[in-house]
Amino acid sequence: MATVTTTARREGILRRPMAMTGVRSWFTTIDHKKIGILYGATAFVFFVVGGVEALLIRTQLAGPDGTLLNADQYNEVFTMHGITMIFLFVMPMAAAFFNYFIPLMIGARDVAFPRLNAYSYWVFLFGGLFLYSSFFLGGAPNCGWFCYAPNSIFDPTIGPTFYALGLIITGIASTAGAVNLAVTVINMRAPGMSLFRVPVFVWMGLVVQLLLVFSLPIITVALFQLLFDRQFGTHFFDPTAGGDPILWQHLFWLFGHPEVYVLILPAFGIFSEVLPVFSRKPLFGYQFVVFSGIAIGFIGFGVWAHHMFAAGLGPVANTAFGVSTAIIAVPTGVKIFNWMGTIYRGDIRPTSAMLFTLGGIMMFVIGGLSGVTHSIVPSDYQQTDTYYIVAHFHYVIFGGGVFAFFSAMFYWWPKVFGRLLNERLGVIEFVLMTIGFNLTFGPMHILGLQGMIRRTYTYPESLGLTFWNQAATVGAFLIAISVLLFIVNVVISHSKAKPADVADPWDARTLEWMTTSPPPVHNFDEIPTVHALDEFWHRKYVEDERTGRLVPAQAGAANGHDADHADGWQAIHLPSPSYWPLVAALGMPVIAYGVLYSWWWLVGVGFATALIGFYGWAMEPSVSEEDG
Amino acid sequence: MRKRLLWAAAGIGLLLLLSGCAPEATQDTLQPQGPYAEKLKDLFIPVFWVAVFVFIVVEGGIVWIAIRYRHRKGRERIPAQVHGNTRLEIGWTIAPALILAGVMVPTVATIWDLARKPPDDAINVTVRGLQWWWDFEYTDDDMRTSYGDGASIRAADVLVIPEDRVIYLSLEGAGGGIGGDAEARDYMVIHSFWIPELAGKQDVVPGRTNHILMQADHPGMYEGQCAEFCGLQHGRMLVRVRALAAEDWEAWVENQKQASVAPTGLAREGMDLFLEPLSDGRGSCVTCHAVGGTDATAPAGPDLTHFADPTHECFAGCNWETSDRDALEAWLRNPDAVKLGSKMPDYHLSEDEIDALVAYLYSLK
Repeated sequence: MATVTTTARREGILRRPMAMTGVRSWFTTIDHKKIGILYGATAFVFFVVGGVEALLIRTQLAGPDGTLLNADQYNEVFTMHGITMIFLFVMPMAAAFFNYFIPLMIGARDVAFPRLNAYSYWVFLFGGLFLYSSFFLGGAPNCGWFCYAPNSIFDPTIGPTFYALGLIITGIASTAGAVNLAVTVINMRAPGMSLFRVPVFVWMGLVVQLLLVFSLPIITVALFQLLFDRQFGTHFFDPTAGGDPILWQHLFWLFGHPEVYVLILPAFGIFSEVLPVFSRKPLFGYQFVVFSGIAIGFIGFGVWAHHMFAAGLGPVANTAFGVSTAIIAVPTGVKIFNWMGTIYRGDIRPTSAMLFTLGGIMMFVIGGLSGVTHSIVPSDYQQTDTYYIVAHFHYVIFGGGVFAFFSAMFYWWPKVFGRLLNERLGVIEFVLMTIGFNLTFGPMHILGLQGMIRRTYTYPESLGLTFWNQAATVGAFLIAISVLLFIVNVVISHSKAKPADVADPWDARTLEWMTTSPPPVHNFDEIPTVHALDEFWHRKYVEDERTGRLVPAQAGAANGHDADHADGWQAIHLPSPSYWPLVAALGMPVIAYGVLYSWWWLVGVGFATALIGFYGWAMEPSVSEEDG
Repeated sequence: MRKRLLWAAAGIGLLLLLSGCAPEATQDTLQPQGPYAEKLKDLFIPVFWVAVFVFIVVEGGIVWIAIRYRHRKGRERIPAQVHGNTRLEIGWTIAPALILAGVMVPTVATIWDLARKPPDDAINVTVRGLQWWWDFEYTDDDMRTSYGDGASIRAADVLVIPEDRVIYLSLEGAGGGIGGDAEARDYMVIHSFWIPELAGKQDVVPGRTNHILMQADHPGMYEGQCAEFCGLQHGRMLVRVRALAAEDWEAWVENQKQASVAPTGLAREGMDLFLEPLSDGRGSCVTCHAVGGTDATAPAGPDLTHFADPTHECFAGCNWETSDRDALEAWLRNPDAVKLGSKMPDYHLSEDEIDALVAYLYSLK
């Protein structure tokens, strides 16, 4: 990528895009960092949209017999809230961080398959837009994120078809992305970086990608069956024709539970990076944190039926899945104790990033404890499908996951944009979000135990649920204000002049801080050779032979871009930008609309578009000729 | 920091104080009114206190460490670089495992206890979930009606049971409705039957039969709801259990066995409207509804034989009191307007027709 040329030559059908900056470059980029930013920005927009849906839900439920939304609108809104937050916010936001930082943290120049990476992003974006177009095309999915059969196959609206097609599309994006990142971690680590010198964030990334590779095919099969039941008259889940609705539940949760760990393991990775940096201590029990993460991944495939304790699987199945659910708490606990060990006797700096991590761990602990109560099968007969569950998984996914994302934003923002976010605003945001979060979801435990069912658009006054619902609604708006504060923080930070040097503002430990902020296109002028876990830290600090204490190393030794090799990067070849991933991705929603309306010619157009895209992609040299 | 904690504690205290003003919840899982719900609470409470203990240790630990080892101005010394401790790791792997093992023992015992067969004198009721109301059929031999073919007693919305008797519920998928256009069809979907104060929930799964054991210790009214998302009006699929003292139960059963009595006056006009097709081809009530002792025997909608019996407190998914005349009139005027997507069609009844039908319904004691 060294010689950025402006002249372009015809190669095949389309002119090879060459721009590395400007608006157009974002459509053709295959740089993992730009794609990471695209992922993050898109996911954040979906986060705001899902948040607005959450506010609609809370406003509707602020009092008994709410009239803001009718039953139909409410069902669409709560379904899209769930789908948005899971598939269009948490997963792609994690993909954003993985995309941006896995190559940087393992000392690679890009991911293994840069164009596939671009393809993943565009497919995800089109999948999200496809799902949201349903609001304008006769009704959004209205069957819950779990879309249980046979309600989903009998529903006379177009919603469940949108659901099936939309999730198949985003599933393609996730699968392609997962394969890509897993190969990257396994094959592209810097010299000397053995698997046990890899940062925990990268480890958790690897586990997440493998979970996705193994769990997404299951839901994809189920979604196709649902689609065939609805569009082509099959009867996989139709009980009136010999189909089995429980089959859907098994398939859904066999994907759905590993999916829960797909949502939370990135957070574990972030916690494990932030804590050592802001305590100035290495992660306590690195191997145990890594192996417990792997264990969670494995056991995560063996607990799915705890979502179905009330489905009548019988006492044998309920016993087995109750026990396996209890077991998965053990490796999770190990992680938490190791995080406590990390900060113990540390030098803890209460930055926004650190506060969000500490708060995130504390909220996750609450979600974990309420999770253990679900393994108490008979008591789950009371709690399942109530607001107790809603409280539980929001403490896990919001308390754990979203807090972790904000922690990561504050921690890595200077790396990505070369600007620090305002710490004072960050702390205010943290305090406000923590209060709002607990005020929203804390009372939901009580509401659930008092018998408030999930997925209800209304409740009669006689149930005595009004007070805590009001509290939850107030909390939801506090959360909204705290998110607004974050946006304000970003705007302020980016309207100021760029600070001179933010290469390593936190005195961090891992490779990504060894390069400039933001990093150059090729990431590292010279790929560092790794000698230890926390390589950068060990280059900055050495043990004083006399006292045994760490002292700063000689100045200059830590610098990643040594003066000797200052010109070395000019010989680096990086793949050139490409239109083709975008073209290939564009075919997916076109096919989906064709299936949706049974317009077979449109399906043909979609397939043709995708094929042209793949053909151009395959025939295109990865590096443009005049780029050599 | 301490100040902030105090503020937080004050805030929580204020909230709890305010919550005292809230009316009592009527579907409270922590106020069981029968032995089967009691077992679930007895399991939850000790686990809750174990969780509180872990909560205090872990959260307290994090907060204490964060305050105790916070960065002090001017401190440049780098803390000792401790990488781990195998003995500690083994310790905090085994300790939670032991706690969980301890918790699982009573859990597994209760799972099997609840899966036991009912006693011989249990009352058998088949429960059907429809979109969006509950149908009950008393399947024991001594619960047959005295009219028609001597079919089992059927009731909608309110499950009437005697106190202190074990009730064995068989949950069966139902639906399919009367055909017609897709919007109006009553689909066979999954529901979940739940009376929190009497028993835990079980899903009603088409193609399978699940069971619930329940018992009420005292006469009284117990509220419940469908707990599994079952389509548009899942939020309005309510249900009540009315537990009666032994002699009231006998009387109730005796009344249920009787056919309806043909009324006179306005109610008689209502009966004719009910039984005959409505004018101008608007349809007919008897396409879906049954009234014992008449020609109306269709099973698709609620059985109205004893619609105005005092135990039938609520109607249309138990959303409105049967005694609320305005609500009943509004329902007949346009079901869709008060319960969007209701499977009962709007027959464009005139006000006179509504008056007559209401009179007839109120005559069905």
